[in-house]
Amino acid sequence: MRTAPAKLETFRDDFTYTNSKEAIERFPFPFPEDEYAYSVNIEPHTLPGPAGSVNEFLFDIDEHYLSEMAERDLVLKENPKRCLAMPHMEPACWDFIDRAMTTMSADYPDYFKLEKNGDQWHWQNLLLKLDDTFTFGDSSTLPCPPMEYMGRQVQGDIALLDQRDGDLFLDAGIVTCPADWSLAFDAGMSFKEWHGPVPMAHEMGVFDRALKYLTAIPVDRPVRRLNWTLTVNARMDTSPETYPMWGAENRSVTPENVGEKVYLRVELQVLDRMARSNALMFSIRTYLISMDDLVTNKDWARRMHRVMKNLPEPLIDYKGLTHYHQILVDWLAKYDPVN
Amino acid sequence: MSKSMIPVRVASVRDVAPKIREFRFTAVDQALPAFSAGSHVMVEMQGAEKTYRNAYSLMSDPADISSYGIAVRLQDESRGGSVFMHTQVQEGDVLNIAPPANLFAPHWAAKKHILIAGGVGITPFMSYLPEMKRRNADFELHYLYRSAQTGAYRQQLSEALGEKYFSYDSDHGQQCIVHQLLAQLSPGAHVYICGPESLIEAVKTEAATLGIPAGIIHYEEFAAPKPGKAFTVSLASSGQQIAVDGESSMLEALEEAGVEVANMCRGGVCGQCVTGVKEGIPEHRDDFLSAAEKASGQCVMPCVSRAVTDSLTLDL
Repeated sequence: MRTAPAKLETFRDDFTYTNSKEAIERFPFPFPEDEYAYSVNIEPHTLPGPAGSVNEFLFDIDEHYLSEMAERDLVLKENPKRCLAMPHMEPACWDFIDRAMTTMSADYPDYFKLEKNGDQWHWQNLLLKLDDTFTFGDSSTLPCPPMEYMGRQVQGDIALLDQRDGDLFLDAGIVTCPADWSLAFDAGMSFKEWHGPVPMAHEMGVFDRALKYLTAIPVDRPVRRLNWTLTVNARMDTSPETYPMWGAENRSVTPENVGEKVYLRVELQVLDRMARSNALMFSIRTYLISMDDLVTNKDWARRMHRVMKNLPEPLIDYKGLTHYHQILVDWLAKYDPVN
Repeated sequence: MSKSMIPVRVASVRDVAPKIREFRFTAVDQALPAFSAGSHVMVEMQGAEKTYRNAYSLMSDPADISSYGIAVRLQDESRGGSVFMHTQVQEGDVLNIAPPANLFAPHWAAKKHILIAGGVGITPFMSYLPEMKRRNADFELHYLYRSAQTGAYRQQLSEALGEKYFSYDSDHGQQCIVHQLLAQLSPGAHVYICGPESLIEAVKTEAATLGIPAGIIHYEEFAAPKPGKAFTVSLASSGQQIAVDGESSMLEALEEAGVEVANMCRGGVCGQCVTGVKEGIPEHRDDFLSAAEKASGQCVMPCVSRAVTDSLTLDL
C-alpha cells in the first residue's frame, strides 16, 4: 500500500521524520538469511514489480517525497557541489530527464504530466507545483542545469556513470543523502577506484564480476540490488562533507534510546542503461526505519538480531557501527527466542 | 528469454551491395527503444528446423528511432542465419529482436576518431557518423571493401563525408597501408575497427609495433561460432545429456533442449553466458575470459567455446 506524499518532515535538527504503518509494511528489508553474506546480489528489476511495493516502478515516489525534496534543497543551498555533471555528460543528463519524466508521468499520472510535441516538452510536477516547457536536449531552455533540474524532482541520489574502455566512471550526479561517501571526492573515478574503501570484496573478485555484468546491461533491462547500513537519527545527509554535524551522534546511543535512535538504512540501488548516451544510471533510493518500528515485524526483529550478532568485524568498522554495535545486539536479543 | 524480446515488422528489404542486404524494422506493438551509436541487436529467426540468433549492428541514425536498420552479409560459410535473412525474410514479416546493447561505443573524450571498416563492418559506423557530426567530433572513415561483394553505401558516404572519407577497393587493387595510417595518428586520437578478424589483427599488430597504447584501439568482431567435433553436455542439476553436433554451438544445443542461458552477443565478447564447468576440459574460443580463468577450466562461454573432452558437465 502506497500512501500519498504528505506533510513536511525533517531529517535534521528536530528529526520529525516518521513512517506510517503502510510505509513500514512496504519497507525493503534487506536480509534474506540469518547470516549476512557479502555478495553482488544483483537481480533483474522487472517492471512493473508487485503493486504497492518499492519495486513497482523505476522511480519510487512515496509519502516522504515532499520532505526529501525539501531536504535536498537545503543540502544544495549549503553546498552546490553536491550536484555536478562533467561537460561530456550532457547527453546522459538528458537521457535521465527522458527516462524519469516518461516513466513518472506514466506511473503516477496524478502527480506528474508530460506532453511531447517533437522536441518541445511540457512537464508538470503537481507535487512541487512546477510547470515547465522546454526544448528537449537544449539545456539553455531549463531553469537550471539538467542534472540538478531532474535531480530535484526524484527521491534518492542519482549518479550517471560514463562507460568507456570496459569501465564505468562517476562523471555526473546529485548526491544529498549518501551513506558516508562524497560525490565531489569520487567524481571522475573508475568503478574500482570509488569502491576502494569497501573491505573484503576486492579480494573476493566481486568487483571484476560486477563490472563485467554492469557494462553489458542493455537498454530497458534495469537491474537492482539492496545495500544497507545503520544510521543514528533519521538523518538523510550522512556525507563526509557534513561529518562534523553527525559524526559525534554515533556516541549518543544508549541501551535506553536504541529503539528510537538507531535506524536501519536501506538503499534500493537500480542500474539502468541510458539509451542515447550509453551511460549507466545508478539510482540510490534510501529508506530509513527506526528499530522501534522494525521490531513491530517479528520475523524482521529476530533476523536483525542474528545478522547483527554475526556481522564480521571489518564490516562493523566499515559501516561505522563500532560505537553502538554491541548495545544494539543486546537490545535486539530479547526479540530472538534462541536467546 | 522470450519475455524480453521485442517484436518488429520488416518494413523494407533492399540490396545495398552484391552480397549485402539491408533490412528496416518498425515497431509492432511497443515503441522501439532509443539506442546509442555502436549498439547492436540480437535477431531471432525461426527456421524450419532450428532457431537462428545472430547479433547485428544497428546502422541507422540514433536520433531517429522510428525504425531500426541492419545490414546482413551473406556469409560464404553461413551457419544458417545469414542465408535465412537473405532468402526467407520478406517485407511484412515479423521477427523478434533483443533490446539494443552496446559493446562498441565511441570514446567521446577522444580528440579525433579514426574509423576503419572492412566490408560489412561499415554498419556500426553508419550509426557513429550522424552522432559525430552532431557533436562536431573530428573523424576520418577508412573503408576497405571488395566491390564485387561488399562496399555498401560508398556513394552516399563519399558525398556526405568529402575529404574525411578514404576508400580502398581491393577488387581494384587499392590497398590500405595500415602502417602509414597509424604512423600519422595525432595525439589524443582513438582508433575503431570493425571487420574481419584479419583486419583487426593487422591493425593491432601494427599498433603494437609502433608502440601505440592498446587502450586507444577499439574493435568489434562478432565471430560466428566456428564448427568443431561433436561432444556431449551434461547438466549437473538434472543429469540431462545434450548432444552438441559439430555445426551447432553449445549455447544453441542448450537452447534447443529448452535450457535458458543468459546471453547477448553470441560471439564470445560480452560475457553474459559464462557458465561453470564441473567436469571435463573446455576448449576456450572466446575473447572475454582472462587467461587465468581459461586455464582454471572452471568456466566456459557456451556461445563459442566447445570441449576438448568427449563430454562436459556444466553447472546448470
